[in-house]
Amino acid sequence: MSSVPSDLRYAKSHEWLKPAGDGTATVGITDYAQNSLGDITYVQLPKVGATLAAGQVYGVVESVKAASDLYSPVAGTVIEVNTVLDAAPETVNQDAYNAGWMLKLKLADPASVDTLLDAAAYGKLIG
Amino acid sequence: MPVQYRSILEEHKAVRRAAGLFDVSHMGEVDVKGPEALRFLNHLVTNDVTKLFPGRVLYSPMCYPNGGVVDDLLVYMRAPEDYFLCINAANIDKDLAWIHEQAKAFTVTVTDRSADYALLAIQGPTAVAIVQSLTGAKLDRIGYYHFAEGTVAGVQCIISRTGYTGEDGFELYHAAGDAAALAEAVVKAGAAHGLELTGLGARDSLRLEAGYPLYGHEITADISPLTAGLGWTVKLDKGADFIGRAALLAEKTNGAANKVVFFKTGDRRIVRADTPVLGADGAVVGKVLSGTLSPILNEAIGSALVVTASASAPLAVDIRGTLINLQLVKPPFVELKKS
Repeated sequence: MSSVPSDLRYAKSHEWLKPAGDGTATVGITDYAQNSLGDITYVQLPKVGATLAAGQVYGVVESVKAASDLYSPVAGTVIEVNTVLDAAPETVNQDAYNAGWMLKLKLADPASVDTLLDAAAYGKLIG
Repeated sequence: MPVQYRSILEEHKAVRRAAGLFDVSHMGEVDVKGPEALRFLNHLVTNDVTKLFPGRVLYSPMCYPNGGVVDDLLVYMRAPEDYFLCINAANIDKDLAWIHEQAKAFTVTVTDRSADYALLAIQGPTAVAIVQSLTGAKLDRIGYYHFAEGTVAGVQCIISRTGYTGEDGFELYHAAGDAAALAEAVVKAGAAHGLELTGLGARDSLRLEAGYPLYGHEITADISPLTAGLGWTVKLDKGADFIGRAALLAEKTNGAANKVVFFKTGDRRIVRADTPVLGADGAVVGKVLSGTLSPILNEAIGSALVVTASASAPLAVDIRGTLINLQLVKPPFVELKKS
Protein backbone atom coordinates (compact mmCIF):
# COMPACT_ATOMS: atom_id res chain seq x y z
CA MET A 1 0.00 0.00 0.00
CA SER A 2 1.50 3.29 -1.12
CA SER A 3 1.82 6.16 1.30
CA VAL A 4 -0.22 9.31 0.49
CA PRO A 5 0.50 12.02 3.10
CA SER A 6 -2.56 14.15 3.84
CA ASP A 7 -0.70 17.48 3.89
CA LEU A 8 0.39 17.32 0.24
CA ARG A 9 -1.32 18.01 -3.08
CA TYR A 10 -1.03 15.69 -6.07
CA ALA A 11 -1.03 15.68 -9.86
CA LYS A 12 -2.59 12.86 -11.88
CA SER A 13 0.87 12.33 -13.36
CA HIS A 14 2.05 11.16 -9.88
CA GLU A 15 3.97 14.22 -8.70
CA TRP A 16 3.38 15.68 -5.25
CA LEU A 17 3.54 19.36 -4.33
CA LYS A 18 3.96 20.86 -0.89
CA PRO A 19 3.18 24.60 -0.60
CA ALA A 20 5.47 26.41 1.85
CA GLY A 21 2.93 29.16 2.44
CA ASP A 22 5.22 31.90 1.10
CA GLY A 23 4.44 31.52 -2.61
CA THR A 24 6.92 28.68 -3.09
CA ALA A 25 6.43 24.92 -3.13
CA THR A 26 8.43 21.71 -3.17
CA VAL A 27 7.80 19.06 -5.85
CA GLY A 28 8.66 15.39 -6.06
CA ILE A 29 7.18 12.09 -7.22
CA THR A 30 4.85 9.99 -5.12
CA ASP A 31 5.55 6.79 -3.26
CA TYR A 32 3.25 5.04 -5.74
CA ALA A 33 5.35 6.39 -8.64
CA GLN A 34 8.71 5.37 -7.16
CA ASN A 35 7.35 1.94 -6.33
CA SER A 36 6.02 1.47 -9.88
CA LEU A 37 9.34 2.56 -11.39
CA GLY A 38 11.49 0.29 -9.22
CA ASP A 39 15.16 1.04 -8.63
CA ILE A 40 15.75 4.64 -9.70
CA THR A 41 19.13 4.99 -11.37
CA TYR A 42 19.14 8.55 -12.71
CA VAL A 43 17.22 11.78 -12.21
CA GLN A 44 17.56 14.61 -14.72
CA LEU A 45 16.41 17.96 -13.36
CA PRO A 46 16.13 21.46 -14.90
CA LYS A 47 18.45 24.38 -14.22
CA VAL A 48 17.63 26.86 -11.50
CA GLY A 49 15.84 29.78 -13.15
CA ALA A 50 13.93 27.65 -15.66
CA THR A 51 10.29 28.62 -16.03
CA LEU A 52 7.77 25.82 -16.25
CA ALA A 53 4.16 25.80 -17.41
CA ALA A 54 1.63 23.57 -15.70
CA GLY A 55 2.02 20.08 -17.14
CA GLN A 56 5.36 20.89 -18.79
CA VAL A 57 8.09 18.25 -18.74
CA TYR A 58 10.70 19.35 -16.19
CA GLY A 59 12.96 16.30 -16.25
CA VAL A 60 13.34 12.57 -16.55
CA VAL A 61 13.46 9.82 -13.98
CA GLU A 62 15.13 6.59 -15.03
CA SER A 63 14.83 3.21 -13.43
CA VAL A 64 16.32 -0.10 -14.49
CA LYS A 65 12.96 -0.80 -16.14
CA ALA A 66 12.21 2.47 -17.98
CA ALA A 67 12.77 6.19 -18.43
CA SER A 68 9.78 8.42 -17.62
CA ASP A 69 9.12 12.12 -18.06
CA LEU A 70 8.47 14.30 -15.02
CA TYR A 71 5.72 16.92 -15.25
CA SER A 72 5.41 20.17 -13.34
CA PRO A 73 2.11 20.08 -11.43
CA VAL A 74 1.68 23.89 -11.70
CA ALA A 75 3.35 26.88 -13.40
CA GLY A 76 6.39 28.40 -11.73
CA THR A 77 10.09 29.23 -11.75
CA VAL A 78 12.68 26.76 -10.50
CA ILE A 79 14.47 28.26 -7.48
CA GLU A 80 16.31 25.14 -6.28
CA VAL A 81 16.89 21.54 -7.38
CA ASN A 82 17.88 18.59 -5.20
CA THR A 83 21.50 18.03 -6.21
CA VAL A 84 21.75 15.05 -3.82
CA LEU A 85 19.91 13.06 -6.50
CA ASP A 86 22.81 13.40 -8.98
CA ALA A 87 24.92 10.95 -7.01
CA ALA A 88 22.19 9.22 -5.02
CA PRO A 89 19.04 8.88 -7.17
CA GLU A 90 17.96 5.94 -5.01
CA THR A 91 17.04 8.55 -2.38
CA VAL A 92 13.75 8.89 -4.30
CA ASN A 93 13.01 5.20 -3.64
CA GLN A 94 13.99 5.48 0.00
CA ASP A 95 12.21 8.71 0.93
CA ALA A 96 10.01 10.01 -1.90
CA TYR A 97 8.28 12.70 0.20
CA ASN A 98 11.23 14.16 2.09
CA ALA A 99 14.90 13.62 1.18
CA GLY A 100 13.85 12.54 -2.33
CA TRP A 101 12.31 15.93 -3.26
CA MET A 102 13.20 17.21 -6.73
CA LEU A 103 12.36 20.92 -7.23
CA LYS A 104 11.50 24.05 -5.35
CA LEU A 105 9.27 26.36 -7.39
CA LYS A 106 8.28 30.00 -7.04
CA LEU A 107 4.64 29.62 -7.98
CA ALA A 108 3.34 31.74 -10.86
CA ASP A 109 -0.02 31.78 -9.07
CA PRO A 110 -0.32 30.46 -5.51
CA ALA A 111 -4.01 29.75 -6.13
CA SER A 112 -3.03 27.21 -8.81
CA VAL A 113 -2.34 24.74 -5.99
CA ASP A 114 -6.10 24.41 -5.60
CA THR A 115 -6.33 22.84 -9.06
CA LEU A 116 -4.42 19.80 -7.76
CA LEU A 117 -5.84 16.66 -6.16
CA ASP A 118 -5.95 16.31 -2.40
CA ALA A 119 -4.75 13.14 -0.70
CA ALA A 120 -8.18 11.52 -0.71
CA ALA A 121 -8.67 12.09 -4.44
CA TYR A 122 -5.12 10.90 -5.28
CA GLY A 123 -5.54 7.87 -3.06
CA LYS A 124 -8.66 7.02 -5.02
CA LEU A 125 -6.80 7.47 -8.33
CA ILE A 126 -4.15 4.94 -7.43
CA GLY A 127 -6.55 2.77 -5.38
CA MET B 1 9.20 -15.64 -11.80
CA PRO B 2 8.75 -11.92 -11.17
CA VAL B 3 11.00 -9.18 -12.54
CA GLN B 4 11.97 -8.39 -8.98
CA TYR B 5 11.18 -9.49 -5.44
CA ARG B 6 12.60 -6.48 -3.65
CA SER B 7 14.97 -4.45 -5.83
CA ILE B 8 16.77 -5.42 -9.03
CA LEU B 9 19.95 -3.64 -7.88
CA GLU B 10 19.92 -5.21 -4.40
CA GLU B 11 19.15 -8.69 -5.75
CA HIS B 12 21.99 -8.33 -8.25
CA LYS B 13 24.45 -7.33 -5.52
CA ALA B 14 23.29 -10.22 -3.32
CA VAL B 15 24.29 -12.70 -6.05
CA ARG B 16 27.75 -11.13 -6.42
CA ARG B 17 28.21 -10.93 -2.63
CA ALA B 18 26.48 -14.11 -1.35
CA ALA B 19 23.80 -16.00 -3.30
CA GLY B 20 20.49 -15.74 -5.11
CA LEU B 21 17.74 -18.26 -5.79
CA PHE B 22 16.19 -17.99 -9.25
CA ASP B 23 13.09 -19.93 -10.21
CA VAL B 24 13.79 -20.55 -13.88
CA SER B 25 11.23 -23.30 -14.31
CA HIS B 26 10.00 -21.54 -17.45
CA MET B 27 13.05 -22.87 -19.33
CA GLY B 28 12.37 -25.73 -21.76
CA GLU B 29 13.73 -29.26 -21.49
CA VAL B 30 13.92 -31.78 -24.33
CA ASP B 31 14.99 -35.42 -24.28
CA VAL B 32 16.91 -36.66 -27.31
CA LYS B 33 17.40 -40.42 -27.29
CA GLY B 34 18.25 -43.19 -29.69
CA PRO B 35 21.08 -44.85 -31.57
CA GLU B 36 21.72 -41.76 -33.69
CA ALA B 37 21.30 -39.20 -30.91
CA LEU B 38 24.93 -38.12 -31.05
CA ARG B 39 25.11 -37.93 -34.82
CA PHE B 40 21.83 -35.98 -34.88
CA LEU B 41 22.85 -33.46 -32.22
CA ASN B 42 26.21 -32.89 -33.87
CA HIS B 43 24.30 -32.07 -37.07
CA LEU B 44 21.82 -29.85 -35.20
CA VAL B 45 24.18 -27.59 -33.23
CA THR B 46 27.40 -25.74 -34.06
CA ASN B 47 29.54 -26.88 -31.12
CA ASP B 48 31.18 -30.32 -31.03
CA VAL B 49 28.87 -32.74 -29.21
CA THR B 50 31.39 -35.59 -29.61
CA LYS B 51 33.43 -33.91 -26.85
CA LEU B 52 30.72 -34.81 -24.33
CA PHE B 53 30.86 -37.77 -21.96
CA PRO B 54 28.28 -38.82 -19.37
CA GLY B 55 28.09 -36.03 -16.80
CA ARG B 56 29.38 -33.30 -19.10
CA VAL B 57 27.45 -30.21 -20.29
CA LEU B 58 28.01 -28.25 -23.52
CA TYR B 59 26.81 -24.77 -24.48
CA SER B 60 25.96 -24.33 -28.15
CA PRO B 61 24.06 -22.20 -30.60
CA MET B 62 21.63 -24.00 -32.93
CA CYS B 63 21.60 -22.31 -36.32
CA TYR B 64 19.55 -21.95 -39.47
CA PRO B 65 21.22 -22.81 -42.80
CA ASN B 66 22.01 -19.08 -43.27
CA GLY B 67 23.96 -18.99 -39.99
CA GLY B 68 21.29 -17.08 -38.06
CA VAL B 69 20.49 -18.51 -34.63
CA VAL B 70 17.37 -20.58 -33.86
CA ASP B 71 18.28 -20.64 -30.17
CA ASP B 72 21.19 -21.21 -27.81
CA LEU B 73 21.03 -24.18 -25.51
CA LEU B 74 22.77 -26.56 -23.15
CA VAL B 75 23.35 -30.20 -24.15
CA TYR B 76 23.58 -32.72 -21.28
CA MET B 77 24.93 -36.20 -21.95
CA ARG B 78 23.43 -38.68 -19.50
CA ALA B 79 24.53 -41.84 -21.31
CA PRO B 80 25.37 -42.93 -24.83
CA GLU B 81 22.11 -42.49 -26.78
CA ASP B 82 20.60 -40.40 -23.95
CA TYR B 83 20.89 -36.60 -24.12
CA PHE B 84 18.92 -33.77 -22.63
CA LEU B 85 18.63 -30.18 -23.90
CA CYS B 86 17.80 -27.00 -21.97
CA ILE B 87 16.31 -24.34 -24.25
CA ASN B 88 14.97 -20.81 -23.87
CA ALA B 89 11.37 -20.51 -22.68
CA ALA B 90 10.29 -18.06 -25.38
CA ASN B 91 11.59 -20.44 -28.06
CA ILE B 92 10.13 -23.75 -26.88
CA ASP B 93 7.48 -24.10 -29.61
CA LYS B 94 9.77 -22.83 -32.37
CA ASP B 95 12.68 -25.02 -31.23
CA LEU B 96 10.59 -28.18 -30.96
CA ALA B 97 9.15 -27.69 -34.44
CA TRP B 98 12.68 -27.11 -35.77
CA ILE B 99 14.24 -30.05 -33.90
CA HIS B 100 11.46 -32.46 -34.90
CA GLU B 101 11.81 -31.42 -38.53
CA GLN B 102 15.58 -31.95 -38.53
CA ALA B 103 15.24 -35.26 -36.64
CA LYS B 104 13.23 -36.94 -39.42
CA ALA B 105 16.36 -38.18 -41.15
CA PHE B 106 17.78 -39.74 -37.95
CA THR B 107 16.90 -42.67 -35.70
CA VAL B 108 16.14 -40.58 -32.62
CA THR B 109 13.19 -39.75 -30.41
CA VAL B 110 12.69 -36.14 -29.41
CA THR B 111 10.41 -35.53 -26.42
CA ASP B 112 9.33 -32.22 -24.94
CA ARG B 113 9.78 -32.52 -21.16
CA SER B 114 9.27 -28.82 -20.37
CA ALA B 115 6.11 -29.35 -18.34
CA ASP B 116 7.69 -32.20 -16.35
CA TYR B 117 10.68 -30.27 -15.05
CA ALA B 118 11.06 -27.36 -12.70
CA LEU B 119 14.45 -25.62 -12.55
CA LEU B 120 15.94 -23.72 -9.62
CA ALA B 121 19.26 -21.89 -9.95
CA ILE B 122 21.33 -21.13 -6.86
CA GLN B 123 24.09 -18.71 -7.84
CA GLY B 124 26.78 -16.81 -6.01
CA PRO B 125 29.90 -17.30 -3.87
CA THR B 126 27.96 -19.10 -1.11
CA ALA B 127 25.86 -21.26 -3.49
CA VAL B 128 28.06 -24.35 -3.13
CA ALA B 129 27.87 -24.25 0.67
CA ILE B 130 24.09 -23.87 0.55
CA VAL B 131 23.50 -26.77 -1.82
CA GLN B 132 26.12 -28.93 -0.10
CA SER B 133 24.22 -28.56 3.17
CA LEU B 134 21.23 -30.21 1.50
CA THR B 135 22.86 -33.11 -0.34
CA GLY B 136 25.12 -36.07 0.17
CA ALA B 137 26.46 -35.65 -3.36
CA LYS B 138 30.10 -34.55 -3.30
CA LEU B 139 29.76 -31.19 -5.01
CA ASP B 140 33.50 -30.51 -5.14
CA ARG B 141 33.70 -33.41 -7.59
CA ILE B 142 31.27 -31.73 -10.00
CA GLY B 143 33.34 -29.33 -12.09
CA TYR B 144 32.12 -26.29 -13.99
CA TYR B 145 29.85 -27.42 -16.87
CA HIS B 146 29.53 -30.89 -15.36
CA PHE B 147 26.52 -32.48 -13.66
CA ALA B 148 25.52 -35.41 -11.49
CA GLU B 149 22.21 -36.98 -10.59
CA GLY B 150 21.36 -37.11 -6.90
CA THR B 151 19.00 -35.87 -4.23
CA VAL B 152 18.93 -32.36 -2.80
CA ALA B 153 16.70 -31.93 0.26
CA GLY B 154 15.30 -35.38 -0.57
CA VAL B 155 14.31 -34.29 -4.09
CA GLN B 156 15.76 -36.18 -7.07
CA CYS B 157 17.72 -33.65 -9.14
CA ILE B 158 20.04 -33.20 -12.06
CA ILE B 159 22.68 -31.19 -10.18
CA SER B 160 24.31 -29.05 -12.86
CA ARG B 161 27.25 -26.77 -12.13
CA THR B 162 26.12 -24.16 -14.62
CA GLY B 163 24.47 -20.77 -14.51
CA TYR B 164 23.78 -17.48 -16.19
CA THR B 165 25.27 -15.01 -13.72
CA GLY B 166 29.03 -15.49 -14.02
CA GLU B 167 29.13 -16.77 -10.45
CA ASP B 168 29.74 -20.27 -9.18
CA GLY B 169 26.58 -22.22 -8.46
CA PHE B 170 24.15 -24.89 -9.50
CA GLU B 171 21.05 -25.35 -11.58
CA LEU B 172 18.80 -28.07 -10.18
CA TYR B 173 16.41 -29.81 -12.58
CA HIS B 174 13.70 -31.73 -10.77
CA ALA B 175 10.10 -32.91 -11.04
CA ALA B 176 7.72 -29.97 -11.22
CA GLY B 177 5.72 -31.27 -8.25
CA ASP B 178 8.78 -31.07 -5.99
CA ALA B 179 9.60 -27.44 -6.76
CA ALA B 180 7.92 -25.82 -3.76
CA ALA B 181 9.49 -28.22 -1.26
CA LEU B 182 12.95 -27.80 -2.80
CA ALA B 183 12.67 -24.01 -2.96
CA GLU B 184 11.62 -23.86 0.70
CA ALA B 185 14.55 -26.05 1.71
CA VAL B 186 16.99 -23.88 -0.24
CA VAL B 187 15.60 -20.67 1.25
CA LYS B 188 15.87 -22.13 4.75
CA ALA B 189 19.42 -23.42 4.22
CA GLY B 190 20.40 -20.20 2.48
CA ALA B 191 19.33 -17.89 5.30
CA ALA B 192 22.67 -18.29 7.08
CA HIS B 193 24.54 -17.74 3.80
CA GLY B 194 22.98 -14.45 2.68
CA LEU B 195 20.73 -16.04 0.05
CA GLU B 196 18.03 -13.83 -1.42
CA LEU B 197 15.19 -14.48 -3.81
CA THR B 198 16.23 -13.04 -7.16
CA GLY B 199 14.09 -12.21 -10.17
CA LEU B 200 14.30 -11.78 -13.92
CA GLY B 201 15.60 -8.21 -13.67
CA ALA B 202 18.70 -9.27 -11.76
CA ARG B 203 19.08 -12.31 -14.01
CA ASP B 204 19.35 -9.98 -17.00
CA SER B 205 21.74 -7.47 -15.41
CA LEU B 206 23.95 -10.29 -14.06
CA ARG B 207 24.22 -12.02 -17.41
CA LEU B 208 25.00 -8.74 -19.18
CA GLU B 209 27.67 -7.85 -16.62
CA ALA B 210 29.16 -11.32 -17.23
CA GLY B 211 29.02 -10.72 -21.00
CA TYR B 212 26.68 -13.63 -21.73
CA PRO B 213 24.39 -13.40 -24.77
CA LEU B 214 20.60 -13.38 -24.47
CA TYR B 215 18.61 -14.83 -27.35
CA GLY B 216 16.69 -12.05 -29.09
CA HIS B 217 19.39 -9.50 -28.20
CA GLU B 218 23.03 -10.49 -28.90
CA ILE B 219 22.03 -13.56 -30.94
CA THR B 220 18.96 -13.67 -33.20
CA ALA B 221 17.81 -15.16 -36.48
CA ASP B 222 19.78 -12.27 -38.03
CA ILE B 223 22.86 -12.24 -35.78
CA SER B 224 25.09 -15.30 -36.21
CA PRO B 225 27.27 -16.71 -33.44
CA LEU B 226 30.38 -15.44 -35.27
CA THR B 227 28.99 -11.90 -35.45
CA ALA B 228 28.12 -12.21 -31.75
CA GLY B 229 31.70 -13.08 -30.81
CA LEU B 230 30.82 -16.70 -30.01
CA GLY B 231 33.33 -18.19 -32.45
CA TRP B 232 34.48 -20.61 -29.74
CA THR B 233 31.09 -22.37 -30.01
CA VAL B 234 31.27 -22.84 -33.79
CA LYS B 235 33.40 -25.89 -34.56
CA LEU B 236 33.75 -25.65 -38.33
CA ASP B 237 36.30 -28.46 -38.29
CA LYS B 238 34.48 -30.92 -36.03
CA GLY B 239 34.48 -33.51 -38.80
CA ALA B 240 30.73 -33.46 -39.41
CA ASP B 241 28.56 -31.20 -41.50
CA PHE B 242 26.07 -29.24 -39.44
CA ILE B 243 23.20 -26.87 -40.13
CA GLY B 244 24.63 -23.45 -40.96
CA ARG B 245 28.20 -24.65 -41.48
CA ALA B 246 28.56 -23.42 -45.08
CA ALA B 247 27.22 -19.96 -44.24
CA LEU B 248 29.34 -19.68 -41.10
CA LEU B 249 32.45 -20.83 -42.98
CA ALA B 250 31.79 -18.15 -45.61
CA GLU B 251 31.28 -15.55 -42.86
CA LYS B 252 34.53 -16.56 -41.22
CA THR B 253 36.40 -16.51 -44.53
CA ASN B 254 34.99 -13.23 -45.85
CA GLY B 255 34.63 -11.42 -42.54
CA ALA B 256 31.33 -10.44 -40.95
CA ALA B 257 29.63 -7.21 -42.02
CA ASN B 258 28.64 -6.44 -38.44
CA LYS B 259 30.05 -7.13 -35.02
CA VAL B 260 28.61 -7.31 -31.51
CA VAL B 261 30.58 -5.12 -29.10
CA PHE B 262 30.21 -4.50 -25.37
CA PHE B 263 30.52 -1.05 -23.86
CA LYS B 264 30.41 1.04 -20.72
CA THR B 265 29.86 4.78 -20.57
CA GLY B 266 31.07 6.19 -17.26
CA ASP B 267 27.57 7.68 -16.90
CA ARG B 268 24.51 6.44 -15.02
CA ARG B 269 22.04 7.06 -17.86
CA ILE B 270 20.97 3.66 -19.17
CA VAL B 271 21.58 3.16 -22.90
CA ARG B 272 18.53 1.13 -23.85
CA ALA B 273 18.04 -1.48 -26.57
CA ASP B 274 17.45 -0.05 -30.06
CA THR B 275 19.23 3.25 -29.33
CA PRO B 276 21.14 4.21 -32.53
CA VAL B 277 24.94 4.03 -32.25
CA LEU B 278 26.75 6.96 -33.86
CA GLY B 279 30.17 6.94 -35.52
CA ALA B 280 32.78 9.67 -35.37
CA ASP B 281 30.97 11.83 -37.96
CA GLY B 282 27.60 11.39 -36.27
CA ALA B 283 26.31 8.88 -38.83
CA VAL B 284 24.40 5.86 -37.54
CA VAL B 285 26.71 2.82 -37.59
CA GLY B 286 24.73 0.42 -35.43
CA LYS B 287 22.22 -0.05 -32.66
CA VAL B 288 22.18 -1.04 -29.01
CA LEU B 289 21.13 -4.65 -28.32
CA SER B 290 21.05 -4.69 -24.49
CA GLY B 291 21.59 -1.99 -21.91
CA THR B 292 21.36 -1.64 -18.18
CA LEU B 293 23.06 -0.05 -15.20
CA SER B 294 25.82 -2.20 -13.74
CA PRO B 295 25.03 -2.24 -10.03
CA ILE B 296 28.66 -3.14 -9.35
CA LEU B 297 30.34 -0.53 -11.58
CA ASN B 298 27.57 2.02 -11.00
CA GLU B 299 27.57 3.03 -14.65
CA ALA B 300 25.69 2.11 -17.82
CA ILE B 301 26.83 -1.04 -19.62
CA GLY B 302 25.53 -2.70 -22.74
CA SER B 303 26.04 -4.39 -26.06
CA ALA B 304 25.60 -3.08 -29.59
CA LEU B 305 25.63 -4.36 -33.15
CA VAL B 306 27.90 -2.12 -35.21
CA VAL B 307 29.28 -2.10 -38.74
CA THR B 308 32.60 -3.98 -38.50
CA ALA B 309 34.53 -1.17 -40.19
CA SER B 310 33.37 1.26 -37.49
CA ALA B 311 33.81 -1.07 -34.54
CA SER B 312 37.23 0.25 -33.55
CA ALA B 313 36.43 3.94 -34.16
CA PRO B 314 34.95 6.28 -31.53
CA LEU B 315 31.29 5.44 -30.93
CA ALA B 316 28.62 7.43 -29.15
CA VAL B 317 24.91 7.51 -28.40
CA ASP B 318 22.55 10.46 -28.06
CA ILE B 319 20.55 10.25 -24.86
CA ARG B 320 17.90 12.97 -24.68
CA GLY B 321 20.20 15.44 -26.39
CA THR B 322 23.43 14.53 -24.58
CA LEU B 323 26.15 12.80 -26.59
CA ILE B 324 27.63 9.95 -24.51
CA ASN B 325 30.78 8.15 -25.65
CA LEU B 326 30.88 4.36 -25.60
CA GLN B 327 34.03 2.82 -24.11
CA LEU B 328 34.44 -0.63 -25.64
CA VAL B 329 35.06 -3.39 -23.12
CA LYS B 330 35.97 -7.05 -23.49
CA PRO B 331 33.56 -8.69 -21.06
CA PRO B 332 33.13 -9.69 -18.31
CA PHE B 333 32.63 -6.19 -16.95
CA VAL B 334 33.50 -7.34 -13.44
CA GLU B 335 35.93 -9.90 -12.13
CA LEU B 336 34.18 -13.27 -11.92
CA LYS B 337 35.17 -16.03 -9.53
CA LYS B 338 33.31 -18.92 -11.13
CA SER B 339 35.09 -22.25 -11.01
